[in-house]
Amino acid sequence: MKPARGPEELLILIPAFNETGAIAGVIQEVQRVAPQAPILVVDDASTDGTDQAARRAGAYVLRLPYHLGLGGGVQAGYKLAYELGYEYVIRVDGDGQHDPKYIPVLLATLRETGCHMVIGSRFQNGDGDYTNSIRALGIWFFRLVLRPILGKPVHDPTSGFVGVNRQALRVFTGSFPLEYPEIEALVVLQRKRFRFQEVPCRMRPRKTGRSTITAVKSLYYIFHVLLGVFINVLKFEGRRKKDLGREKDLRRE
Amino acid sequence: MERLLHLTTVLSVLLMALVLFSVRRSHIRVEYSVSWLAAAVILLVLSRSSFALNWIARQLGLADPPLALMLLVFCVFVIVIYRLSVVISDLKDANIAIAQRLAIVEFQLQNRNEE
Repeated sequence: MKPARGPEELLILIPAFNETGAIAGVIQEVQRVAPQAPILVVDDASTDGTDQAARRAGAYVLRLPYHLGLGGGVQAGYKLAYELGYEYVIRVDGDGQHDPKYIPVLLATLRETGCHMVIGSRFQNGDGDYTNSIRALGIWFFRLVLRPILGKPVHDPTSGFVGVNRQALRVFTGSFPLEYPEIEALVVLQRKRFRFQEVPCRMRPRKTGRSTITAVKSLYYIFHVLLGVFINVLKFEGRRKKDLGREKDLRRE
Repeated sequence: MERLLHLTTVLSVLLMALVLFSVRRSHIRVEYSVSWLAAAVILLVLSRSSFALNWIARQLGLADPPLALMLLVFCVFVIVIYRLSVVISDLKDANIAIAQRLAIVEFQLQNRNEE
């Protein structure tokens, strides 16, 4: 994979863990929709040959030495994209749930609105499906929690179908949640006064495998993410107060 | 009371011996043995000095010195475990950063070789 050739260059990032049954199909679909964009599969130490399947399908593969989890994998891809000078990165999951036909919409929104992050939202038009009732409850709960923190409503805070620009990429290379990163990433960006936007899109059932977030894990997910959200709020508020204090001192001098 | 104090003495000496043995065998690094050794010394001193234990019990408003000893044991180990949690978290962060860097460097090397 070569460094970005121009300021507008897009990279498609596909985090994958044991997705050998779906990865080639996802890569081929992305190639049809965005033939110019290089595709980087971050293989999170799969044991089923996902890396080989991805290479055969024509993607570049960043293989992690051991299983880091979703956040660690995505961050590794963001770091590489940033170092190679890419301006936009759109993340598509390796299980086939994200329909690549929305990639141009996400990219156009990033370019035209100047927002730092764009989220492919299942629920913006109110027609998305919830996979189970606990997850539905979790999404509803986080919409309520995030509304005052983000200063605007977010319909699908758990969507992993996201695009980021270079400024957001730079922030994420330094700080990115390791587990269940989507919601915390939104808070990190908001605390930096970055903007996000949602675009409606439809998700499909995963092609193979099962979601790692089961009904029971959803409860742990809610607790974990809630804690992460508040820690991030406190962390950035603390820094903001320190910065304001420093500014006042400088003005006095 | 006396039996509990003797037991604490024995346990603190055993803890000290185990930690020193582990450091000698390189199972524990010296910097991480310090908190365990400090904990063992504190317990040893308290279990051998009834004056110190009674004084602490009075300061804590506890009528029963063994209760004060148990409370101190609990506090000492909470501090040690907390310190280890901080160390583990730092190590995990460093480990993830190294794993990501390794993957990126391998990727770039492979790319260069293919070119």
